[in-house]
Amino acid sequence: MPTNQRTATDARVDVRKTYKLYIGGKFPRSESGRSYEVLDGRGRFLANASQGSRKDARDAVVAARAAFPKWAGATAYNRGQVLYRVAEVMEGRRAQFVAEVRASEGLTERRAEAVVNAAIDRWVWYAGWTDKLAQVLGGLNPVAGPYFDISAPEPTGVVGVLAPQRSSLLGLVSVVAPVIASGNTAVVLTSELRPLPAITLSEALATSDVPGGVVNLITGRTAEVAPWIASHRDVNAIDLAGAAEAEGIAWGDLELAAAENLKRVVRPAGEGSDAVEPDWTRTPDMSRMTAFLETKTVWHPKGR
Amino acid sequence: MAKFEYAPAPESRAVVDLAPSYGLFINGEFTESQGGSAFKTVNPATEEVLSEVTDASAADVDRAVAAARRAYNGVWGRMSGADRGKYLFRIARILQERAREFAVLETLDNGKPIKESRDVDVPLAAAHFFYHAGWADKLEYAGLGTNPRAHGVVGQVIPWNFPLLMLAWKIAPALATGNTVVLKPAETTPLTALLFADVVQQADLPPGVVNIVTGAGATGQAIVDHPDIDKLAFTGSTGVGKMIARSIAGTRKKATLELGGKAANIIFEDAAIDQAVEGIVNGIFFNQGHVCCAGSRLLVQENIAEDLERRLKRRLQTLRVGDPLDKNTDVGAINSKAQLSRITELTAAGEAEGAERWDNGCELPAKGFWFRPTVFTGVSQGHRIAQEEIFGPVLSVLTFRTPQEAVAKANNTPYGLSAGVWTEKGSRILWMADQLRAGVVWANTFNKFDPTSPFGGYKESGYGREGGRHGLSAYVTTESNG
Repeated sequence: MPTNQRTATDARVDVRKTYKLYIGGKFPRSESGRSYEVLDGRGRFLANASQGSRKDARDAVVAARAAFPKWAGATAYNRGQVLYRVAEVMEGRRAQFVAEVRASEGLTERRAEAVVNAAIDRWVWYAGWTDKLAQVLGGLNPVAGPYFDISAPEPTGVVGVLAPQRSSLLGLVSVVAPVIASGNTAVVLTSELRPLPAITLSEALATSDVPGGVVNLITGRTAEVAPWIASHRDVNAIDLAGAAEAEGIAWGDLELAAAENLKRVVRPAGEGSDAVEPDWTRTPDMSRMTAFLETKTVWHPKGR
Repeated sequence: MAKFEYAPAPESRAVVDLAPSYGLFINGEFTESQGGSAFKTVNPATEEVLSEVTDASAADVDRAVAAARRAYNGVWGRMSGADRGKYLFRIARILQERAREFAVLETLDNGKPIKESRDVDVPLAAAHFFYHAGWADKLEYAGLGTNPRAHGVVGQVIPWNFPLLMLAWKIAPALATGNTVVLKPAETTPLTALLFADVVQQADLPPGVVNIVTGAGATGQAIVDHPDIDKLAFTGSTGVGKMIARSIAGTRKKATLELGGKAANIIFEDAAIDQAVEGIVNGIFFNQGHVCCAGSRLLVQENIAEDLERRLKRRLQTLRVGDPLDKNTDVGAINSKAQLSRITELTAAGEAEGAERWDNGCELPAKGFWFRPTVFTGVSQGHRIAQEEIFGPVLSVLTFRTPQEAVAKANNTPYGLSAGVWTEKGSRILWMADQLRAGVVWANTFNKFDPTSPFGGYKESGYGREGGRHGLSAYVTTESNG
């Protein structure tokens, strides 16, 4: 990330990063060729980010769908290790995440560190869930007859995620980790104004054994891209967390579009039509995992 | 094959005492409609008018919701779980005591064979109340989250294929968790719900905890749109389910939707063939095929297809189609004229698109709505009869060669409610069960239901589960940390 400080004549000219999208395990620019300026907490230029388009979103859905069978079919133990690996890789890049969160969210160094710590710990928390879900949420059903009858959770499929607008890293991890922990794949629209930590997270994902296509990240204008994800027929569910404080979005419109193929919808926090961004530092519960799980029940007769 | 001759064995309908007309059950008593009209409900097996029921107006729905809200705030929402449970146990017992009456009435109003209403619908309805009664004071053990609490007032709209059973699936978990209810039975099958109101009175359930409003689509829409409804539970078509999802978009209303299906029933070459034939028959001809999870697409491994079709057709010739009140009847009447036209239209499309049509050639009664058990062979995936829910006694037969192909064909549908697998190979059953994108997988059996067993679909078959611990979760909110 750029330092925004004029380099002294005797200092090295730093190599700045190009922030791109993350689709199917690759880092393309937006097919639209567009970018937009990202500013820091005080309004100073940080970087140009790719301004993702409808086509980028559709490409991301294709990548997520292609990645789904293998990721859903991986052992829970394997998924747990992969998620834990994300935490490890983030830990190794703490300084970069702290600097980016600090710049993006306008936090003090200490606050930014606390946020990054919490984000890393969140991966660890969800990593530990992958091989617990089936036992906690499933089990044998004592039916009144000579049948073996068992229920277990399964991932619902491709999940669209509107990442929180304010909490650019902790909020992002808090909505993405529960989606993929259980075997779903994700198409994520990052925070519109604070997209840089998300792109750095995608670099962590790409080097953490998360298979390409399991998480796809699109930066850009939430109001422009979100409707295409909400109405996409090959998306099974959508988390509308990032509709809170997103410019030009009524989350009810997105839920309306999502009804066309009966997506599972997680509404943003808040009362009535208001949407607020929750406090992501609170310890999560299972609700963001269960929202994207299906229960499958299998019957078989018993007999000699 | 020589058939046994059966003497008629009709169940007596004397046990049923029908009123010429019914009002709406609101706040614990039957009341007149405000501004609504009336419509007749007929016996689909004879077209005889059974009674006249109310087409509830939006004002009626408003009264029912207000009664439910008062009951929730005043009594039911505050009552101990143990006491709520005792009321539900009472209801379960009364349903058992009056089982014959409910079974006969269900068969009269719905057209389903008495042996099904007697042996499946009514006992399962009682079992659902008995099961959920026990949960009422144990919700904190259900693993639903921190401090599970009722939503408040629940609006419930149910279909005509299992009228009393669907009522039980809806009302039992709602009441066990402390919600109060406004329920609309289907337009063509309102009578067992109205008789259930009598059970509610006998159980001395506090007024307003259960309200029954009869009517058609507009009445259902009034429930869905009512601002004081906290949660909706709907079983019915995917089309209406989507309308409901659209109606509540942008609100804080919760919903569970149990919608359509187009289940694959998959028969491998090593299946126990005679058991599989019985399973196929049960899968699609149970309840005249008016079953959302019916095994309407038969996928047969290619090398046994000819043999299986021959055995299946021979078996179908022994099915007894006719008077639903006759205890020997296997297949009863189609529930309504409208449904009969839908089945007729889709089967005509099946022929027009080139599939080969066969029916069992049985005699059909002169009056009423009837359709012969029908099998289409040579069906391909693009045919309407392979894609659309027929909701009638019509089976479409497709073939496959490999397990992978069976999975691909089975999952090639926007629905995902149920599936069947028939093979004697255990590892293949488990592999198939993993691969099938459906909420219920029946292996070497079909169409089994139990209050402890979660039921519900993937994809466009809706969301949420009914039954078991999972079904409870749809009726409570827990403290969420986002």
